[in-house]
Amino acid sequence: MSNIYTEIILDHYQHPRNFGEIKNPTKKVEVANPLCGDKIKMMIVFDKEKVTEVKFTGVGCAISTASASMLTEYIKGKTKEQLKKIDKNFIIKMLGVSLGVNRIKCALLSLEALKKLL
Amino acid sequence: MFNFSQIKKDFPIFENNPSLVYLDSTATSLKPRPVIEKLVEYYSKYSANIFRGVYSLSEKATEEYEKTREKIAKFVNGKKEEIIFTRNTTESLNLLAYSLGRKIIEKNDEIVTTIMEHHSNFVPWQMLSQETGAILKVVNINQEGELDVYENKLKTQNSKLKTKTQNFESKKSLRLDNIITKKTKILALTYISNVLGTVNPIKEIVMVAKKINPKVIVIVDAAQAAPHKKIDVLDLGVDFLTFSSHKMLGPTGVGVLWGKYDLLCEMFPFNFGGEMIAEVFLDKTFFKDPPYKFEAGTPAIAEVIALSEAVSYLEKIGLEKIETYEKELVQLAYQRLKEEFGENIKILGEGNIRERSGILAFNFYNLHPHDVAQILSEKNICLRSGHHCAQPLHQFLAVSSSCRASFYLYNDKDDVEKLVEGLKEVRERFKI
Repeated sequence: MSNIYTEIILDHYQHPRNFGEIKNPTKKVEVANPLCGDKIKMMIVFDKEKVTEVKFTGVGCAISTASASMLTEYIKGKTKEQLKKIDKNFIIKMLGVSLGVNRIKCALLSLEALKKLL
Repeated sequence: MFNFSQIKKDFPIFENNPSLVYLDSTATSLKPRPVIEKLVEYYSKYSANIFRGVYSLSEKATEEYEKTREKIAKFVNGKKEEIIFTRNTTESLNLLAYSLGRKIIEKNDEIVTTIMEHHSNFVPWQMLSQETGAILKVVNINQEGELDVYENKLKTQNSKLKTKTQNFESKKSLRLDNIITKKTKILALTYISNVLGTVNPIKEIVMVAKKINPKVIVIVDAAQAAPHKKIDVLDLGVDFLTFSSHKMLGPTGVGVLWGKYDLLCEMFPFNFGGEMIAEVFLDKTFFKDPPYKFEAGTPAIAEVIALSEAVSYLEKIGLEKIETYEKELVQLAYQRLKEEFGENIKILGEGNIRERSGILAFNFYNLHPHDVAQILSEKNICLRSGHHCAQPLHQFLAVSSSCRASFYLYNDKDDVEKLVEGLKEVRERFKI
């Protein structure tokens, strides 16, 4: 595996965007990776079909944190229909690194949260 | 003193991976040449099924298989007919929860286990108590990472850690007063913690427990002890002891269960099928005596046979020497890691650093163990990251996961230095 700790991933890990809580979210979920005990809580505000606000908190590795940070950045302003199209390949492209079978689970934790919010 | 520097030569994996720094023997050990050769010997010279054939190949295979049983019996100072081959420690423990637990446990009986158990010595008892209405009591640890049995108190899982001095004062006498009672039927505990490396004083615990209740059955998970420590079941005074071949230089797929013969006779069979029956009729079946009662179906023949070579290898060097060597290595690792990283490396169960087995679980800065292990893996350094199948312990220590480096007889000072260098690189990569 080549270097997965690229500048952009480290940046999102060390300065995660949209990190925190929303007081009155439309919906809130918590997902966990039983392999390492990582947990991500994600909350979202919809204005009809559109995402107006999204935030996350939790403990995670660089990959899961960067993935949540980048994903929340992307989904703001998108509609539910647009978000339903997001899949595993989208996440891999978004992160821009190739992950092994074990680490891909870390990257997909935030996607699992998003799917539950829709 | 045995020359440990030559040991790597006995392990072909180092020829194929010259730069390998293997620090995950707690998960599984590497295999020396005689073990690998013995597997090949069985498959190329007498790969017949055991017990069933009257022809010479089958007799040879049976003889080799039974020779291992004898060897294992001697290895733990038990009797041949008290050795049962299973798939692994997990299966040995599940066998006990099933065949013994379901025979003797009733509503309101007490089962005692500890917070430092591997899931395989925790969940079977949790499930058994839920099914039967028995009470599961969990012994906590103190600040030193030792079992909290040095004072007259059983604490709940949420209780706070005590101060060092309090514990030190009470350390002299081992007390189990509120832990073991007349209602306690089973005490299941680990010999060595697979995360903290703590070596539990099994002999003393058994003595004190049986003084309170002579009927309590003591089950010991020796998965992390058998590879590193001389074990004598009679001296320890335990009733059952379990371990795995693959952690002690032997093949995967073989576990051992040692049990007192009269207890084995009373237990339910585990699996039903070939080799475990004496006679079958349309309306009833008679079972063989132990150990065969518990060995239904064709076992891992080659693996059992090759386990015998692993035992020979360990005994040739001497388990006492191996234990001493590992202790020195883990002390050195601790010292070097602390020198380089100070408070930024947090060792789990740091208090018992002088009396631990070759295991160091740690957290590095505020980095996630996955990220640490990943960067180390780029340098061919293998260590574990996660909760090491001990989630209750991690919850108790209030960490979600940890890195774990473990040392065995083929590790050396260079491996320690490479770990230190590797961690420096981790720090650089995360720009700390």
